[in-house]
Amino acid sequence: MTEKYNMPDERGHFGPYGGIFVAETLMPAIQELNAAYQHYRSDPEFIAELDADLKYYVGRPSPLYHAERWSRELGGAQIYLKREDLNHTGSHKINNTIGQALLAKRMGKTRIIAETGAGQHGVATATIAARLGLECVVYMGAVDVARQSLNVYRMKLLGATVVAVESGSKTLKDALNEALRDWVTNVDNTFYIIGTVAGPHPYPAMVRDFQAIIGREAKEQCLEATGRLPDALVACVGGGSNAIGLFYPFIEDKSVKMFGVEAAGDGVATGRHSAPLCAGRPGVLHGNRTYLMCDDDGEIIETHSISAGLDYPGVGPEHAWLKDTGRATYVNITDTEALEGFYAITRMEGIIPALESSHAMAYAMKLAPTMNKDETIIINLSGRGDKDMQTMAKREGIEL
Amino acid sequence: MSRLATRFEALAKTGRKALIPFITAGDPKPDFTVPLMHAMVKAGVDVIELGVPFSDPMADGPVIQRASERALAHKMSLKRTLEIAMEFRKTDQETPVVLMGYLNPIEAMGYENFANAAQRADIDGVLTVDLPPEEGVECSALLKARGIDPIFLLAPNSTDERVKKMDAVGSGYIYYVSLKGVTGAGHLDATDVENKVQQIKTNTKLPIAIGFGVKDAETAKTIARFGDGVVIGSALISKVEENLDDVERASHEIIELLVSIRQALDS
Repeated sequence: MTEKYNMPDERGHFGPYGGIFVAETLMPAIQELNAAYQHYRSDPEFIAELDADLKYYVGRPSPLYHAERWSRELGGAQIYLKREDLNHTGSHKINNTIGQALLAKRMGKTRIIAETGAGQHGVATATIAARLGLECVVYMGAVDVARQSLNVYRMKLLGATVVAVESGSKTLKDALNEALRDWVTNVDNTFYIIGTVAGPHPYPAMVRDFQAIIGREAKEQCLEATGRLPDALVACVGGGSNAIGLFYPFIEDKSVKMFGVEAAGDGVATGRHSAPLCAGRPGVLHGNRTYLMCDDDGEIIETHSISAGLDYPGVGPEHAWLKDTGRATYVNITDTEALEGFYAITRMEGIIPALESSHAMAYAMKLAPTMNKDETIIINLSGRGDKDMQTMAKREGIEL
Repeated sequence: MSRLATRFEALAKTGRKALIPFITAGDPKPDFTVPLMHAMVKAGVDVIELGVPFSDPMADGPVIQRASERALAHKMSLKRTLEIAMEFRKTDQETPVVLMGYLNPIEAMGYENFANAAQRADIDGVLTVDLPPEEGVECSALLKARGIDPIFLLAPNSTDERVKKMDAVGSGYIYYVSLKGVTGAGHLDATDVENKVQQIKTNTKLPIAIGFGVKDAETAKTIARFGDGVVIGSALISKVEENLDDVERASHEIIELLVSIRQALDS
């Protein structure tokens, strides 16, 4: 029994969430973007160009890999990894940046801006900007610039300008603020490539649509490998783009459980975390209504996570909706648990995951043993761990 | 008639332009604001825009961002901003006060609680930067029912359709953002402002206050001619920032600047 799911509505609402909450100065740009997206999303030529790029430039489809040894070790469900880490640039982010950059080109924009946390979206944006010959400016919190210096160097190699943002908490949310300020100033020639399923409509829907290739492939690959749908999906959630990319094509398949894993940092009880769905409240930030980490006065609280990519006080509005309706379950994993996930899959399967994706690994380690051996879990391995080598080495007291 | 409507009507009768300062409530410290508001009234301002500090002021440039940060460091909030407005109102029943800020503090308080609290503080208008009219139907209705004007922004790239929408849902005045950018940005082009404001005026009878990028008496005088008033914010707040060790001096320099703008507007 499937129930038709057709969110969001035409003004970008997922129930009470989403929408367009921006200053009037941005409204014309948002309307222009929405009109272009609605036009090109069903344009055969646009789709053909996107598909070709995803195949020949990104390297899709990404494999669905059966982690047999790890599954055996955990003694429960069979774990399959959706290998987004094998994409060009090392994460799922490029699925979206290619889509938006092709849109930017058709809209006649010559300058690309982006925000980035871990630097994965920044690298993916700088990459496609280099290929299309577009000017590229990436905003990145000063704290993140320091902890993800490898990605900063990659972006610079690719010809992008990386601006270290010194305001507020100097992390992803502040990078987003600064990118919005740039956009409003340079709105005539600039396209803002948002990296996650947040921001004003149409971004949450558009980024989801570009990322949904993850779930479409995974569904087909799972049917081919096991002859049936998976029993559970697991993905980490910061803004939530890799999770929604995996979940979306399965939303109407009610037998498939969906687990979004937020970053609990030092533990949700300590208040030092990045888990708005688990421990936040609805509010409005960065153009949409969603669950946020804010205090009683509505001021945004600083977040904490070992992974820069999950260090964000909001979350995509569609996740807020999936949480309220009960279609998806949101759980959280501490920094310490995430590290256990990181080491487990590294040593058990020879795959070094990004710290973001390690949160999903860690939750699967709890979930799999509670399930039967003939059941299947798909985990989105959203990025590779190369960018985290410095962080990890430092934790182990090793000088690289 | 609302205090804002009364004020703009009186100004129009005498052919004067409204001088509208923007200051961030509680910057650099909470007890600085009420005396400054009274001093500004003495200096000849017509409406006061009181900024509600917010952690993530996306439409503001660095000067107003830092003002928010200073105020928040003193635990300023929407609630305490309303208390400041109420305190001011005890001894000034004439000058309209407009709250200007972002939506999330209002969401956290709850729309109805906020509308009631704003009414108790005798607030005249509310400008919520990131609440466009489409999403603001409920909040605007609650404010209007309490005699508070919902004020909206228009931008250089706003279409006629947007202008008509603001005319339909907004009241008090329209805040015209004179340049593409954030508060306190670059320099503005007088011809662009003139053309756009003329075009806007064909679609609304609401007074137009022009702001963003007004730095001194000269720019104020130049652009005030095109509309019904000027808003000056970052240039005032810079005076606070330049004199953090001497708030008396900050206040003195703010008043000096406002007096010079008043004279220029009236000359």
